[in-house]
Amino acid sequence: MPQYLALTYTADVDWWAPEQADELAEYRRFAVDNAGSIRASAVLHPTSTATVVRVEGARGGTVVTTDGPYAETKEALTGYYLIEAADLEEAVVISAQLPAAWGGAVEVRPVMASK
Amino acid sequence: MGPGEYAAHDTVAETVRVEGARILATLIRTVGDVQLAEDAVQEATLAALGAWPVTGVPPQPRAWLTVTARRKAIDALRRERVRPDKERDGLRMIELARPDLPPDDVVNDDLLRLIFTCCHPALSPPTRVALALRTLCGLSPSQIAGVLLTTEAATTKRLTRARQKIAAAHIPYRVPAEGELADRLPAVCAVIHSLYTAGHAPVDGHAAYDVDACTEAIRLAELLHGLLPDQPMPAAVLALLLLTEARRPARLDERGAVVTLDRQDRGRWDTAAIGRGIALLNDSLRGSQGQADAYQLQAAIAAEHARAAGYDDTDWTEIVRLYDLLMSKAPSHAAGLGRVVAAAEAAGPATALAMLAELPPNPRWHAVRAELLAREGRYTEAADALAESLEGPATQPERQHRERRRQSFLQLAEPPDDGDRIG
Repeated sequence: MPQYLALTYTADVDWWAPEQADELAEYRRFAVDNAGSIRASAVLHPTSTATVVRVEGARGGTVVTTDGPYAETKEALTGYYLIEAADLEEAVVISAQLPAAWGGAVEVRPVMASK
Repeated sequence: MGPGEYAAHDTVAETVRVEGARILATLIRTVGDVQLAEDAVQEATLAALGAWPVTGVPPQPRAWLTVTARRKAIDALRRERVRPDKERDGLRMIELARPDLPPDDVVNDDLLRLIFTCCHPALSPPTRVALALRTLCGLSPSQIAGVLLTTEAATTKRLTRARQKIAAAHIPYRVPAEGELADRLPAVCAVIHSLYTAGHAPVDGHAAYDVDACTEAIRLAELLHGLLPDQPMPAAVLALLLLTEARRPARLDERGAVVTLDRQDRGRWDTAAIGRGIALLNDSLRGSQGQADAYQLQAAIAAEHARAAGYDDTDWTEIVRLYDLLMSKAPSHAAGLGRVVAAAEAAGPATALAMLAELPPNPRWHAVRAELLAREGRYTEAADALAESLEGPATQPERQHRERRRQSFLQLAEPPDDGDRIG
């Protein structure tokens, strides 16, 4: 069955902050409701904890790290769900239940099947 | 090529354009891959173009093309060594090797699948139009580029990406369930309507209208209505297109100049198309139980114009009422301007000018304002408004029309010159 990565883009929040508790509970409920379709999932620490890694030149070059997210945007990548669905329409129906779908956006990307 | 070869070429071209969508629709379902199916139909076309001028057109061109396309698909499936689902490929091979043609109801279901896949909401609106023109109308990328006012390279890229997305994201090849149709039909109807609008009222370019885009849009509207005859929305779209198309021959004179509605020779309107459009509109309205959608309202406006024996016989009060409904249902700048023009006839230019002031200006807005000012005898302002409208994009015939109007307003604005007589 095809797999899709549903990426949640929302305000750049700290999920452990007390004011996020209710919303985090909604994501947990989503995960329980769709347990049969979710193969993996995670919520992410805020982008202030991100580190961008680049290697200069080619493989083996100097490793350069920079503090912060890859791209500064209003909405940040805050979590992901690996979803198994019959087709895109089913994946959209599932993704539309994620609170990010109305609090921000969910990007649904098909996962390439390994050969 | 001799004359006979040209005739064979035309027959192939026309047969493929008519049959291509049918053959493709079934082949996509069988092989489960838009690109592979399209390539197979394309190769079958080339084979026909090569063979038929020599052998003559076979008695059943559809069967010939179908069987040839299937063979090309089998070749392609065999060539692709790394395919994840070998077992399914085996079943496909068996289906493709069948000598018989699919029955009409199967083909119709496949055509509906193709329509709903090409017009899927997960694809962008311009991509839906390009895909529909490619797969359902059989136009080449360069023809599509002409219709959509873009380049062949951009069109090819757009089509390739669309096929990749359909395959990679598994956009289903399926007709939506009855309950989903209400959600999915607007996207399909919007493709047909925007295609017609692109042909009928292009933003700029040399021609006042593009015959191909209009014809293809009507072809699609006929197809969709034929496949879903009980659905009100496709009937309304077809009604709207027929009622608009019926008046097209009178929109330009023999030299290609714009003729406005008040001066059109109504004898050149297509009365058969008008009759059919009105009948379709009535059917559609009966099917939707009194709640008119935007297509029904636009068709009703077109029907009011088409029904009037002369410009002065037009029921402008009714047209204003229909525009009011349309603006409350689906507000758009074009509908707003149409409402202003109708209000000028129903209530006078002063009322219309007040309504116009509430809409944001664009080139068409300035052109409408110019005509309203001229009716009030304010010719200098009218000429200025047309000058402003000419700063924006418009088709060549429309520009020439506005330029002529501007010249005549300028002449009317000149006070009588008595200087010579005194001297």
